[in-house]
Amino acid sequence: MKIWRIPDQVIRLAVVLVAAVAVLVVVRGRFVPASFGETGHYRADAVDVVAAQPIRYAGSQICVECHDGEGEAKSGSFHRTVSCEVCHGPAAAHAEDFESQTPLIPRERGAECLSCHEYLSPRPTGFPQIIERLHNPLQPCIGCHDPHDPTPPEVPESCSACHAQIARTKAVSHHLTLECETCHDAQAEHREEPRSFLPRKPTAREFCGSCHSESADSPADIPRVDLRDHGERYLCWQCHYPHHPES
Amino acid sequence: MAGQNDERKFPRREFLVRTLQLPCSAAVVTVLGPLALGSDAAAASQSGSETSEHYFGMGIQVDKCIGCGKCVEACKAENDVPREPYYFRTWVERYVIHNDGDVSVDSPEGGIRGFPLHEGESDVLRSFFVPKLCNQCDNPPCVQVCPVGATFKTDDGVVLVDSDYCIGCRYCIQACPYGARYLDPRTNTADKCTFCYHRITQGLLPACVEVCPTGARIFGELNALASPLRRLMRMSSLQVLKPALNTEPKVFYSKLDGEVR
Amino acid sequence: MERLESAVEQISGFIYPNEIELHWGLLVVLYPYITGLVAGAFILASLEKVFKVKELEPTYRLALLTALAFLLVAPLPLLAHLGHPERSFEIFLTPHFKSAMAMFGFVYAWYLMLVLLLEIWFDYRADLVKWGRKAGRFKKFLYWVITLGSRDLSPEAVEFDKKAVHTITLIGIPSAFLLHGYVGFIFGSVKANPWWSSVLMPIVFLFSAIVSGISLVLLIYYVTTLFRRKQPEMACLDKLASFLLYALIVDFSLEILDFIHRLYESEESIGILSELIVSKLYLSLTIVQILIGTIAPLLILAYSRFSRLPTELKRVAYFIGALLVQVGIFGTRWNVVIGGQLFSKSLRGLTVYKLELGGIEGLFTCIGLLILPFVILYILIKVLPPWEEASLALSEDAAVSTASAD
Repeated sequence: MKIWRIPDQVIRLAVVLVAAVAVLVVVRGRFVPASFGETGHYRADAVDVVAAQPIRYAGSQICVECHDGEGEAKSGSFHRTVSCEVCHGPAAAHAEDFESQTPLIPRERGAECLSCHEYLSPRPTGFPQIIERLHNPLQPCIGCHDPHDPTPPEVPESCSACHAQIARTKAVSHHLTLECETCHDAQAEHREEPRSFLPRKPTAREFCGSCHSESADSPADIPRVDLRDHGERYLCWQCHYPHHPES
Repeated sequence: MAGQNDERKFPRREFLVRTLQLPCSAAVVTVLGPLALGSDAAAASQSGSETSEHYFGMGIQVDKCIGCGKCVEACKAENDVPREPYYFRTWVERYVIHNDGDVSVDSPEGGIRGFPLHEGESDVLRSFFVPKLCNQCDNPPCVQVCPVGATFKTDDGVVLVDSDYCIGCRYCIQACPYGARYLDPRTNTADKCTFCYHRITQGLLPACVEVCPTGARIFGELNALASPLRRLMRMSSLQVLKPALNTEPKVFYSKLDGEVR
Repeated sequence: MERLESAVEQISGFIYPNEIELHWGLLVVLYPYITGLVAGAFILASLEKVFKVKELEPTYRLALLTALAFLLVAPLPLLAHLGHPERSFEIFLTPHFKSAMAMFGFVYAWYLMLVLLLEIWFDYRADLVKWGRKAGRFKKFLYWVITLGSRDLSPEAVEFDKKAVHTITLIGIPSAFLLHGYVGFIFGSVKANPWWSSVLMPIVFLFSAIVSGISLVLLIYYVTTLFRRKQPEMACLDKLASFLLYALIVDFSLEILDFIHRLYESEESIGILSELIVSKLYLSLTIVQILIGTIAPLLILAYSRFSRLPTELKRVAYFIGALLVQVGIFGTRWNVVIGGQLFSKSLRGLTVYKLELGGIEGLFTCIGLLILPFVILYILIKVLPPWEEASLALSEDAAVSTASAD
């Protein structure tokens, strides 16, 4: 009896196994991508595929090559770290072809400014924030702020934010130093819903008389009238414009 | 921090890799013979001789983030990420910690449209925004689990996905501790932040860094002696997300709150 | 997309925005369930061969064929779940050795080709040759192909077959452990997921596999004998029920150990995991898996096994017990796979899983994939009858023919 006789079953199975491994080897040689394993366990070509993706944001450096004025203004302003494409959107296409591709030019009051400057408690202390509905609600932001150099020429006061014309008129009148509240009793809600909460106006001649009557306890240079015989049929402001009273 | 790590890290990692590969390879070698090993052998010989000049990382200054969401918008536009609010390569989270210690976190649509005013503003102990993105781990669990080598770490340290090779098993999505991966519904393949690989290889900044109005995101070279990122690393104490998992992220946060996970 | 939209409304707390889509659905629940059945059925078959449990002899071949039928179906749910099933061959071409999942191909191929198929081949070869002599032309050819033309029926050859079967079974037990322990490893090694990440996961998977495999073979044995209008052998059923009971006790203890361990360690994730258990998983974990799927069959099996119930009633009790075990094990797989995705990795919120009916990931596909192994098993039984009578008849024939030749 031969000790090392290989049983018939094993030979047949071995043939099948060898055939299977051979198929695997052939398939593997044929279907593994060419660049696989060149730089690690991956297709080296995939890196080039990812790197070949198109660029949409051009980067500020390209923008200021043409828009040097804006770049100059921005470089010294609070917005110096704000890249052009933050507000103007992706502009690589515009940089390629500036005639037919126009980037965003946001002019309306809205998200472009407010997404950074609307008040939110997690925003860092000291970061300029406004409560939009209280801050000059009818004005576009760029009416007062130059987006490339956003420091406002002067900090607007509360009433003048909306009543700017009155404020400017008052500013050149004799009533210049009077606070609006001296005459108008405005509820706080007026700032949010101006038409529902109207500020009160004085209702009696005596109100003006408290400064302008002959008996009033007021500085001597203020013009005086005798309320008893001065236009007794009218209230004062029916004839005088209190924000710019004639001298 | 990274400097110290570098010296210690590599022998240890190599040790782990070797010991892990040994039984696995041995098992497979018996089945497949040398044919399966060709690729790894080639890789080993190449990476030894060729060291990349770049090694990218990002720093995020939490106290500078204003939650404007411009980075999310720019990322989606730059990388053609699906617009639906279920797919993000980067997003911003808002943490509000109340006086009683309760933490509420939200990220409406990833913060792409900013954040609405939070209810109960008077009851806030502290609050802040945290931008999130792929941490480009030095020890990436997603790469470890990919069965076919469709996601990988390049020589410059960026973890990428080969969308022509990904089989869509989603094991990498399960393995990512940071929720940074998604399945692109158009290609049925995994996808994630690439550090804007197409931009950084051309010397540009990643789109999110380019548009961050407050400079909260800083991108640069971890190996360079002088780079804005190195400056940040020198001047601040840095944290990473979920350090206990030992993924060794290359996205570093300064002033990170302990509540952030 | 509408699915995701409606999911958003049911999120509680905070989840990462990319987590709204739940990636591993019903199909991935099926995969560990089916491979568990394979491993369990094989381990049961090995008990008879290696540990000489004579009572189980009637189920040996049946268990092997059951294992094969389910093993053939096991990769299908995974394949159907892939985003690019046409690229699945890459796992064999460029397997990433550090990936637990890449090893699937090798573990599967090893188990299917080198263990199960070989064992069945050696076990059936002699019978196939004999059946082939009596069969019609088509069947003759089929048997010739299956035996690879190996017709040697000499005593040495038959003896070699027996030895081969024994050796393969010896290799097969650790292989079956490997197969399902490995499936547990796929989940247990995901360190990002505190619900999965546990060193006990492979062992829990293994024992639940043994439980499910034994109960499946018990069910199939019981049903097939009924259909063949035979009396099931009570000794065999009793033995199966005992093994099922013991395995169930070990499995349940391991799961409780895992639970206590998590509770005692009380890591960062404990808050969200407790919330998960009492809300989203209450029905499938507490009610289905633990009460209906574990405690109820434990009581039923223990009582019916060790009391003096009439045989008829005992059988029905075993049957119900085994059926409940199947429900419980399916619940286990569901709770692992789906449960592990219902909480956010931010550990701050819970999400939902929406079961679809149609579609490739839907309920109907799942039901189809659960019926398919039984169809395959039916065909396998037709080609390779596992019943004792079939081989007994052959040996009688052989005895008669040798006697007449003498």
